[in-house]
This record gives sequence, structure tokens and C-alpha cells, in this order.
Amino acid sequence: MTSGDVPHRTPGHPGDRGPVPGGGEAVGQVSALLEDSAEDLYENAPCGYLSTLLDGQIAKINRTLLDWLGHRREDLVGRKRFADLLTVGGKLYHETHFAPLLRLQGEVSGIALELKAADGGRLPVLVTSALKRDSDGRPLLIRTTVFDARDRRAYETELLRARQEADRERERLQRLATTLQRTLLPPALENVPGLDVAAHYHIASADEVGGDFYDLFPLTAGTWGLFLGDVRGKGAAAAAVTSLARYTLRAAAVYHPDPAAVLGNLNTVLNHESHGDDPRFCTVLYGLLIPADRGGFHITLASGGHPPAVLMRADGSADYVHTPGGQLLGVVPDADIATATVHLGPGDTMLLYTDGLTEAHTTMAGGRYSDEALLDFARSLAPTTAQAAIAAVRDLLGSFDTVDDDTALLAITAPRPGGEEARGAG
Amino acid sequence: MDVRNRNRVTVSGRADGPVVMLAHGFGCDQNMWRLVVPALERDFRVVLFDHVGAGRSDLSAWNEERYSSLDGYADDVLEICHELDVRPVFVGHSVSASVGVLAASREPERFSGLVLLTPSPCYIDDPATGYRGGFSAEDIDELLESLESNYLGWSAAMAPVIMGHPERPELGEELTNSFCRTDPKIARVFARATFLSDNRDDLAGVRVPTLIAQCSQDAIAPREVGEFVHAQIDGSELVTLSATGHCPQLSAPEATASAIASFAAGAVR
Repeated sequence: MTSGDVPHRTPGHPGDRGPVPGGGEAVGQVSALLEDSAEDLYENAPCGYLSTLLDGQIAKINRTLLDWLGHRREDLVGRKRFADLLTVGGKLYHETHFAPLLRLQGEVSGIALELKAADGGRLPVLVTSALKRDSDGRPLLIRTTVFDARDRRAYETELLRARQEADRERERLQRLATTLQRTLLPPALENVPGLDVAAHYHIASADEVGGDFYDLFPLTAGTWGLFLGDVRGKGAAAAAVTSLARYTLRAAAVYHPDPAAVLGNLNTVLNHESHGDDPRFCTVLYGLLIPADRGGFHITLASGGHPPAVLMRADGSADYVHTPGGQLLGVVPDADIATATVHLGPGDTMLLYTDGLTEAHTTMAGGRYSDEALLDFARSLAPTTAQAAIAAVRDLLGSFDTVDDDTALLAITAPRPGGEEARGAG
Repeated sequence: MDVRNRNRVTVSGRADGPVVMLAHGFGCDQNMWRLVVPALERDFRVVLFDHVGAGRSDLSAWNEERYSSLDGYADDVLEICHELDVRPVFVGHSVSASVGVLAASREPERFSGLVLLTPSPCYIDDPATGYRGGFSAEDIDELLESLESNYLGWSAAMAPVIMGHPERPELGEELTNSFCRTDPKIARVFARATFLSDNRDDLAGVRVPTLIAQCSQDAIAPREVGEFVHAQIDGSELVTLSATGHCPQLSAPEATASAIASFAAGAVR
């Protein structure tokens, strides 16, 4: 089409309203606003146009792009390749990504590149290219549109910077969470004469501090205290409660070693600390270990709403040490504390755990691991040792689809006399 | 380890034919060979694969330590050869030419021949020896910026798709730009390994029949680099394809296929 195809008309009068049926006046008004010159549309379009031969040689370029770059047409057409307009890095990108993609797909769109202007300046652009093919489908030439992307690039650079900043912050947060987590657990478990001990802490998310905790510590005259608990919630608030619970338990145990009294004191402290919109609950299993004359330990367990410990006997049997009726600590002023007494004889192993284990997602029917499944697992392990039991449960955790919650594990074994090894779980 | 899945190895062509193994370079994946494969399949058994981190390789097999030097890629090539129990003519495009040189120096008996397609043993100029690779270290930084601003549609949500779902192959297909899609982090590490490696000293150790095929106009591997490679490898042949750009397998597929085929036919005789 040439500019002569559509006759020019003078604009209509300002008072004209809309098209008049059958009238020629409005048509003239509209066609005057129509783009009637393809040449002008090409040359002065609000984007750059560029056509190149398959080897990249510039065959045609529009006025807009020439103006942006400050080049003269005769310096480019037939003399330069598209890649010559790019920065060196852009040229590498063009050769290794852009050109191959264009050949493979026939089109590449929205690629960010920088063009070099005649004065040495750089113009950030978004480039889209399409292959024009002949009637047999053979590539003939490449048509390219170029959009000025200065503002957009500034925005993207800002996004990229913000993302890198966020990545760094996240790493910092993870380091912080890991460090905090470590301070909430004993760096190493005490060496208890006549007792083998092992523990494991499974972190569900590197981003947040979990609320599980455990400890094992000396009390008077050869007796020992141990606990394992789970603060409801995650993050800094849970960590604060975890810290409070740990130190309260340690102090309360010195003051009055009776397990029910220790948990009663913790319950009181948590109740004092709780505020309406900031409840502070936890479940805890607390044990007092007293060496038994016949070997092993007498253990008194007190539970504040915590899942029961598993006892794996030297004779190969296993069962829960039930502590039913114990209430969540920190909710009511006089929480019920359930207690149970067991003898941990030579070759017996007791496992304490948090519900991250029994509520882990599995591919088994039901979707979650369960108390029953754990008991079956314990029966398959018994007799075992603290180390072997922890290793086996670690492997078990690793085999689950997802473990949503942090999981703390603590196992103790009264070794058989003479160092006779219990049959490990493999 | 499942090497075939890790590198998305595909085998086609004449089952009893001599083996030609085609290795893509930095930027895209095995689709780069699309236009030459049909011609080669008539006479050869054609082995294609994706470097780990590229195309539809198993991204979970990628780790920065192994793949930050070309030795990691050369190890992979040897592992694929062992897995398939083949002794191929190895065709390495661009950086994979250097990968082939490294693999062939380590196990010369493993290869019937090498085709180095638009090779460059060192992209960076070395004024001390007068070597001209064509680029400066700053140029490479500029490339890394281009990579950062062009994810080519890559997103974290796409990662599982390209991480290999052998059971659902349709997932990975027909994604725009998928041939050159890369995790930006992986692309950065591969770009560094590609453009900052210097393998000039390894060339003299090549003891297998070698063809160097370069383009008449190549902005990445200029002709003097091809001539340098030719001079360093004893008994090597040099052909210059009448092609523009760095990817003659796309811009001049017939000429590229025929250069590979005639060399490979001679090398395995």
C-alpha cells in the first residue's frame, strides 16, 4: 500500500457527533486519523524494526532505531550484523542462546539485551525475533522488533537486587535459627555411669526454630533427671517458651526432685507467663532415674500431656509406658500430671520422642505414621541399644514422605553386665 | 547411579553402525543437533545426551563442585561411554570440544576419533603468549549479567518439570524456550567453567584421529583459534565450513553432517 491509496480529508467540524448513517463526513474524519502510510508507520513506529539476513547482516532498519542508536542508515545496512550492535557479553549470549533458539523455535521473544549506541552509550532493550520463511518453509530472513527497556530494566535490576538481598537475609535467618536451636539443646549428653544414652534432633524447617527440647542432668546422690518436651508453635515465641521450660525444669528438679512436683512447678510458671493472646503450652515427659540394687535404674516418669515412652525389653518384648490423663502444661492452674514407675533392667532400652515422629506423613494407608506403627517398629527392634534405636528411628524419619514438625528423640539403655552387647537393630 | 537418566541419553540410528556421540555446548541442549541427526542416523548409531544442568538432565545430580570445572563434564562423558559400552567418534560442539579433549586424553582407547566443532581451548586473550581467544575477563562478566537478566522463562516452579519425570515425559515437552532453559545458578557456573577454562596445554596430549571443523564467520571462536587447535594436535585435519555464527549444526546442517560423516567413516575404518 502506498500513501496515495487513501485520500486525505480534512477533519470534520468539532461539533460533529458520531457516525451519520450513509453520510461521508464521519468516515473522512476517521480515515484522517488512520495510519495511511505503511512507510511512515514502519519508519517512525514507537519501536525499533530491524530485518537481517540469516547470517545476521542488517538488510533494513527503521528510523526510530537509528535515532535511538545515533547511527546513519548507510553505516549499518549491508555493512554490519545485528550482533555488531550488541555488547560483547550480549554477543556471547546471542550466539549461545538467542540464535540457536531462533533456529529451533522459529521465534524468540522478550530477550533482554543491551545495544551499543554510536556515542558509546548503552541502550537496554527487549528484543523479539521471528524467522520469515519461503513457501517451502526454508528460512529467508529474520525480523526483529526492539523495545526501549530503560525503565523496565531499572525495575528488573531493582527486583534482582531485592531478590539477592532476600536470599542473603534468608541465609542469615537460617544461620540464626540453627544457632538458636543448638543453644536450646545440650551440646553433649552427660556421661551417666551404668547408662548408655543417645539423642537426635530432626529439624523440619531450616527457617524456623522448632519447639522440641530434651536434657539429661545429675541430681543428688547418683540420681539423674531427664526430660523431653514439645512447645506448641514454632519460631522465636516458641523458642522463648522452650528456654523458659528447660531452665524451670532444671531448677525445679533441684528444689524438689519428685517428677510430678517438677512438672507441677513448670505448669505454674507457664500459667504465670501466659497471656490471653499469647498462650504458652507444652507437653513434657520427665523422668527421675535412681540406680537399682539389682542393676539398672528405677525410673519414675511424669507426663504432662506427652506421648508415652516406649520400653524395649532385653527379652525382645516392647510396650508403651502408659501415662494416661496427664494434661497439657500451661493451660489450667492445676494440671493433672500422670505418673508411672518402671524398672529399666540390664539390656532394656527406653525411647522418648515427640509427636513429629508419630504424625509424620507416610505413603502407608492413613497417610500418617501412628502410635500402633511405632509400637510395631519398637517390637521389631527389641532388644536393642540406645545408639541402635536412635539410628533406626533416624532412618525411619528419613524414609517418610514429609516430617512436618521437628522431632526430638532420646533413648537410654541399661547395658548388660560385662559389656555384653544387645543384639542391635541392624 | 543411573547415568542414562542423569544425562538424558538417547540412542538412535543404525543399530549396527559405528557410534557417533554428539555433545552440545554451553547454552542449550541436545536439541542443538536436531538438524544433523537425521542425516547421521542413516549410517551411524547416534548417541545424544544433555550435560547435567542442561535440558532435561537430572538437576538433582548437579552439584557446584563437580560441574564448576570441565573435568566433571569429561567424567560424565566417560561414564556414558562405559555405560553404553561404546567406543564412539565424539563430536563436541564449542565447550564440549574441550570436554572431548579432556576425556580423550584420559582414556584415548575409549574413542575412535574426535570432531571438534567450533572449538576454543581458551576464550580469553593471553597477551603474554600472543594468544588471541577473542575475549577479556570483563566480557565474561558482561555475559553473566546477560544470563542474570534472561532466565528464558525459567522459574522455581519449572524446576520439577525439567528435573526428569521419566514416568511423565509429556511434562517436559513443548515449553517455550525449553531448549535453552537453565537454572540461573547452574548457567552461571557452566558459563564460568566454559569461558574461564584454559585447555591449551591439553591439546598436545590428544592421540586419537581428530577433525577440527570451524565456521568461516564465528563471533565466538575466530578462525585463528581453529588454526591454533589444528597446529597443536598432531595429525589433525582442519575444515572450514561455509557458515556464519557459532552453531553450524543449525546454520549449515548439511555441510556439518557431511563433514562429521565423512570423518567418522574414515576414523572407524
